Amino acid sequence: MQKPGVRMKIGLFIPCYIDAFYPNAGIATLELLEKLGQDVEYPTEQTCCGQPMANSGCNRDAASAEALFVKLFAKYDAIVMPSGSCTHHVRDNFDAIPQTDEVRHVRENTFELVEFLHDVLKVDNFPWAEFPHKVGLHNSCGTLRALRTASMSELGEPFFSKPMDLLSKVKGISFAHPKRPDECCGFGGTFSVTEEAVSAKMGVDKVTDHHKAGAEYIVSADTSCMMHQQGCAERAGVPIRFIHIAEILNGARE
Amino acid sequence: MKVKPVNHALAAEKFIEDVAHETFHDERLWDLRQKRDEQMHILPEWQELRTRASQIKEHTLANLPEYLEQFEANAKKNGIHVHWAADGAEHNRIVGEILEKHGVKSLIKSKSMVTEECQMREYLEPRGITVTETDLGERIQQLDNQMPSHIVVPAVHKLIPDVAKIFAEHYHTDPNDNSAQSLAWQQRLAARPVILSGDAGMTGGNFVVAETGSFVVCTNEGNADLSATVPKLHIATIGIERLVPRMADMGVFIRLLSRSALGSPITQYTTHFRGPQKGSEMHVVLVDNGRSHRLGMQDFWTSLKCIRCGACMNTCPVYRRSGGLSYGAVYSGPIGAIIDPTFNERKYSTLPFASTMNGSCTNVCPVKINIHEQLYKWRRVLAEHHELPFVKREIMHMAGKLMGQPKLYRAAINGTEVALSTMPRFVLYNWLNPWGKHRELPHPVKTTFNSWYKKNRLNKQKEGEKA
Ligand code: SF4
Repeated sequence: MQKPGVRMKIGLFIPCYIDAFYPNAGIATLELLEKLGQDVEYPTEQTCCGQPMANSGCNRDAASAEALFVKLFAKYDAIVMPSGSCTHHVRDNFDAIPQTDEVRHVRENTFELVEFLHDVLKVDNFPWAEFPHKVGLHNSCGTLRALRTASMSELGEPFFSKPMDLLSKVKGISFAHPKRPDECCGFGGTFSVTEEAVSAKMGVDKVTDHHKAGAEYIVSADTSCMMHQQGCAERAGVPIRFIHIAEILNGARE
Repeated sequence: MKVKPVNHALAAEKFIEDVAHETFHDERLWDLRQKRDEQMHILPEWQELRTRASQIKEHTLANLPEYLEQFEANAKKNGIHVHWAADGAEHNRIVGEILEKHGVKSLIKSKSMVTEECQMREYLEPRGITVTETDLGERIQQLDNQMPSHIVVPAVHKLIPDVAKIFAEHYHTDPNDNSAQSLAWQQRLAARPVILSGDAGMTGGNFVVAETGSFVVCTNEGNADLSATVPKLHIATIGIERLVPRMADMGVFIRLLSRSALGSPITQYTTHFRGPQKGSEMHVVLVDNGRSHRLGMQDFWTSLKCIRCGACMNTCPVYRRSGGLSYGAVYSGPIGAIIDPTFNERKYSTLPFASTMNGSCTNVCPVKINIHEQLYKWRRVLAEHHELPFVKREIMHMAGKLMGQPKLYRAAINGTEVALSTMPRFVLYNWLNPWGKHRELPHPVKTTFNSWYKKNRLNKQKEGEKA
């Protein structure tokens, strides 16, 4: 791994949800990394990291996605993606294909955006960013319990939160404090359709908790959770908006 | 005939439709989780205790035969009769024979998940033996003819009016009784005479100590102590994984158990049974029922460390919404989802999928079972054993193929029309329909990130090169 401050050659991975439904989160990620002086490339042939197949137990069906992923990304110093669950898959479960040196390189150098900014680039300010709103931070379970970008309430460990650290550097922002800050929102990939009722109930409870705590926005590093939460909020009439953390850090005002 | 997999999703949907029950259930269990957290914060050595407990259990499981024999020898010295049951049927037969020998007509029992596993009540009752549960929650479930919905608080899915109705039917009490206290009193009035006239008592056992040949029962109602000591015959039914090597180990487990379960420092009663009272008999039935098979499963053997505290259920956001009965199994919640498939792979094939794999269960587990990782591994095993629904298997197979082909994938993302032609309609429709039942779909956007990038970066680059 190269020292902070060094310009790295970064391969940008944009998961399918962001590509198809939330391109602004992808654009913000790219622009932000460029503003921070990085050399970013987005291989346009990319598809998927293999997570949906592997999480459904169909690990073998993840092989071609994983192979393509390695083929496209092996040449970069770091692979960065605005998604905790995809990062978790690549780092911790990506084993449908033989574990060659290339595969290991890819797995060891894949980062979720927040941890990349916080731990690798160690960014200490975003002079262009200002967000005069009260936000509720949603940590996906992938970022929280697998990537450990924040402390977990079950363990009683001292508080830390990498996304909160970054957001705190944004002018004008304030935070709402929901009652169950690290309860899962119920997305869970295919769980959201196979267990539709439970998933939706968890989603409504989640957005209601944030709304009652006074949040105008739910901000998260994971678009998939927000896609689900937004769907639940709109159906249930909970007035709350959603924004990806990259957009705020890149200077979005609303 | 092939058994049908449990339809967890459907049962959960029904449970959620009843707003009052679901809300109470979620909040009550979340409250237990909060109380557990408070206890954890009081003990700075909490994580050390968890590590220690996990190590003791792993050590014991790795040396199970030796410790079991040590227990047997010491228990016999204490005057306890020790029996071995390979499965539920053998367990029931052994218990039936002991009871028959003593001419028992009324068996009073405290809570034991193993007897649920063995379906002992169903075996004994046709043989003329009345089985009475003495734990309040368990009794409510017995009267209502339901399985326990939670391993610690078996009737937690019920509200006070539900209990009043059941008691009215069986105890002829006021069906509109709205006080938990008075209902508990009614149970006491109904249970006492049965306990005092019981011919034999049965308990489970939370821990079995090899070094002393004794076992430990933890309860909050004192009913286990009454069941064990009032009649002249005490049978304890215990799973073979309940073993710990030394009495000193109890210091670790007793500190963890009730704190994890209910957020109280200790259960009201922690009773060490060392041998029969004068003029009484004491029997311990050690039950395998699939446990030694599980012990041989590379990825799943550590599930045997479980001390049945229920903390994983209390923290589980899915369990809190779906209710324990939706799992259709003796063991529900996260721990149920990883051990039930060892009892019947097909029937419980859906349970490892009834999870978002958020991992909270693993973090609260006092013996550090990697529950959510085992859920993930079960999914693989079940897929390999063809226990996945056809549609799911198909769509994953096709999605897998699609993801390996950038051009096709791009076409699928860029236009729904094309997506529909690359995946058979029935698959897409079956699969995605439920999304919109309680949720809006994502809003359509003008351009994908991919097209934006080609236009704003690649083309610009080319223009730059030309200029
Ligand atoms: S798996 Fe762990 S948390 Fe769940 S009941 Fe067993 S010991 Fe308790």
